[in-house]
Amino acid sequence: MLQTLQYFLSGITIGSVYAVVAIGFNLIYSATGVLNFAQGEFVMLGGMVAITLSQFLPLPLAVAGAVVVVALGGCALEFLVFRRLRSHSVMHMVIVTMGLSIVIQEATLHVWDEKVRSLPYFSGNEISSVKLFGAALSPQVCWVLGTVAVVVVLLQLFYKRTLCGRAMRACSSNAEAAMLAGINIGGMRTLAFGLSAGLGALAGCVISPMSMTHYEMGPGLAIKGFAAAILGGLGNPMAAVFGGLAVGLLEAFSVSLLPAAFKDVTAFAVILVMLFLRPHGLFGEGSTGAVREV
Amino acid sequence: MALLEAEEIRHCFGGLVALDRVSFEVNAGQIKAIIGPNGAGKTTLFNIVCGLIQPTSGQVRLDGKMLTGLKPFQVAALGVSRTFQNVSLFQHMTVIENVMIGRHIHAQHGFAGCALRLPGQRREERSMTDAAFAGLKELGLADKASSLAGSLSFGQRRLVELARALATEPRLLLLDEPASGLNTKETDDLAANIQHIRDRGVTLLLVEHDMSLVMDVADEILALHFGVPIADGPAAQVQNDPKVIAVYLGEKRDVASG
Amino acid sequence: MKPGAWLQLSLFVAVLVGLQLCLGAIGKTYYLTQLTMAVYYAIVVMGLSLVMGYAGQVSLGHGAFFAMGGYVSAFLTTHDFAALKGVAWARLLEQCGVFVTRKSLYDTSDLLTVAPWAAFLAAMLVVVVVAVVIGYPALRLKGHYLAMATLGFGLIVYCLLLGTPLLGAADGITGVPPWRLGFGLTVSGKSAVRVQNYYLAWAVALGVLVLLGNLLNSRAGRALRAIHDSETAANAMGLNTARIKLQAFVASAVLAAVAGSLLTHYNEGIGPSESSALKSVRYVALVAAGGMANVRGALVVSTVLVFLSLRGWFGTYDNAVFGIILIAIVSLAPEGPFRPMGHWLRRVFRPASAGREAGHGAA
Repeated sequence: MLQTLQYFLSGITIGSVYAVVAIGFNLIYSATGVLNFAQGEFVMLGGMVAITLSQFLPLPLAVAGAVVVVALGGCALEFLVFRRLRSHSVMHMVIVTMGLSIVIQEATLHVWDEKVRSLPYFSGNEISSVKLFGAALSPQVCWVLGTVAVVVVLLQLFYKRTLCGRAMRACSSNAEAAMLAGINIGGMRTLAFGLSAGLGALAGCVISPMSMTHYEMGPGLAIKGFAAAILGGLGNPMAAVFGGLAVGLLEAFSVSLLPAAFKDVTAFAVILVMLFLRPHGLFGEGSTGAVREV
Repeated sequence: MALLEAEEIRHCFGGLVALDRVSFEVNAGQIKAIIGPNGAGKTTLFNIVCGLIQPTSGQVRLDGKMLTGLKPFQVAALGVSRTFQNVSLFQHMTVIENVMIGRHIHAQHGFAGCALRLPGQRREERSMTDAAFAGLKELGLADKASSLAGSLSFGQRRLVELARALATEPRLLLLDEPASGLNTKETDDLAANIQHIRDRGVTLLLVEHDMSLVMDVADEILALHFGVPIADGPAAQVQNDPKVIAVYLGEKRDVASG
Repeated sequence: MKPGAWLQLSLFVAVLVGLQLCLGAIGKTYYLTQLTMAVYYAIVVMGLSLVMGYAGQVSLGHGAFFAMGGYVSAFLTTHDFAALKGVAWARLLEQCGVFVTRKSLYDTSDLLTVAPWAAFLAAMLVVVVVAVVIGYPALRLKGHYLAMATLGFGLIVYCLLLGTPLLGAADGITGVPPWRLGFGLTVSGKSAVRVQNYYLAWAVALGVLVLLGNLLNSRAGRALRAIHDSETAANAMGLNTARIKLQAFVASAVLAAVAGSLLTHYNEGIGPSESSALKSVRYVALVAAGGMANVRGALVVSTVLVFLSLRGWFGTYDNAVFGIILIAIVSLAPEGPFRPMGHWLRRVFRPASAGREAGHGAA
């Protein structure tokens, strides 16, 4: 029982990070139609920048700084690369984001190095713990869950209540009509990239104390975030939260059944099974026209 | 004996009823035209016949064989070929290669045979080329055989598409607005081509806006209005049908006042 | 192939012979080792260009097919099946030459292993089955989804290889025996047969080039190109588009596995990193650099780039080079580097017609 609770908590923790990555995927996908394979790199960069800043800034400022820097980087990517593409075929988009993912990793490797780093615990330290129904809970877990919950609520408010959020939703449902209504589509796309990058960076900061930051961590996170996004149905940011938690839990519990080396296999298997059986997601409409060929 | 029978076709896009209670027949050797104002559901009906979309209910049969539920390529294999409203050629392939795609279903050699260039495959390839070239010649496109399809004029592309559809040796040929975008001379040639195709024993079903072309070639007309058939019968009779006149005159008045 | 193509091929072979003689003359025959490896990798890229350039589908799982080909060959030719000695069907297979007894590389004991040719066939069989199982549902998905599905597949294979002690886990499989093909030919990395293997690899690659050339200029290849241009129209003309795409996918998976199996014998081993996402992405980069729908370009460009990479020319920027290639090709020349290069050359030599030519190229 206690064991189960422990697995559950670790699943929820890592799952909420996947959820943020999945939300990031959705933000960019619905605004631009690009599935950003470099999504995980934002998380990695967030951690890296925050670690460096924390050496001469207090922790909260370092985290805030990292989020801003990475968000600006995301905007720059959209402005410098995606806006200038001559071909918008899906194949070319996939290739470009793949290329970005590699280049960002390699740049990180050269700017920093291949060492595994981490931010200090936001409160307490590695050994301090909060007891929850008998299970040991690191205070950082509370930070992760709290941050993700706040992000999800704020994002929901942004989408529903603010003019800018509504404009962004308009862009994703019909870009042409949105443009005719006077919405600056290019600006919205840049903003979507920035927002997505900033969110990823924030997630990268809060998990850094527990799961460490490493230049190669991006692709793994990206593919699990994608599993989460596809589980909820691509284009549906809130369902992505559910998807993320589901993938996290599945992964946590699979450790108890399978050898640890196969931990990642479950997440990837989820992708394949979902893509093959219900590519529109668990909550998506039955119409498969958007994802399947005729 | 009717070659094509459509029975009680109904199709909804979400809540919108695009077609309702559409039943009609096309007899072998006939030229039948489907007319109706924009948004009447003509192209949807076409897509249902050739298997591109599945109707919400109702069925289509070719010579007694059920077409509904089949994929487009299966429908094509049964002898139904088509052209597209906006001309859908393979842009990066040459004209003759486009027409040879039409011969695809009449050949067998697959990946292994083609990669190894077996003797039978070479013979087959030569006969495909010859047949495609003959088809192009018939439509007066022999000199364009090795041009890229994307480099032709719109009228020529329509012709290549027709040659490609004919290369499948269809029993039923569906033409989706074959005269749209053509000039008067090209439209006249098209009418002659359509007659000629019928004389070869191919049954034709066409969707068309150009009423003069329809009256020139069609034996029978089916008129649709908002997805519901309002008249179906010999061309002369449908032309004088008061409901059809109302729909068309109404449209004409709009045009005149606009 | 047309007579002109045979002439080009002969010229190309002459260049290859010249290259070998030159390297021999300047005493750098060891370059041939990396060249041979690069040629095998180029076979994977040629196969992938069939799927990407001609059928228009992105696969990020070709590293996995390469690794599967290699691992099946490696496992069957190194694993000691001594336990099966005396079992009736195993004895039958031994008589057919499927099982062979050979000396262990490390001590004097005898090993009962599968003969390389039988292992090769088994590898092909495994890859065909897996490619069909993965490709059948995956190819029904559109663009992004297909890329993700193949990437997921590749990562599963990577994790499984990394986590299976029987397959050597992180160390992979070593001690793979040479493959004696007969006629005095041996697939092996030993320096004594280095020159022979250089020509052997090129023979396989050029064979693949000829086969793919034949394929693309005939019924099956035309169908693939048609699907790339307009899937709806191809389907309406009676092409079973899903099946043709699957065939192309399986064919290219088999080519990847052929290269994997041969290179494993050449390198005398294989490691799990062959199926990593980075390797698969590298193949995609090479297809793009070769000009997408250009098998010859794929062969030449990947041989050169992989050779430079294996020689360590790119230093610590090895992966970055391929990442930059991906971005640069797509943002500057989505149709591949050769056509713009051709336009540029024409512009240099015939300035008058330059503007118009470039305009057509972009259209």
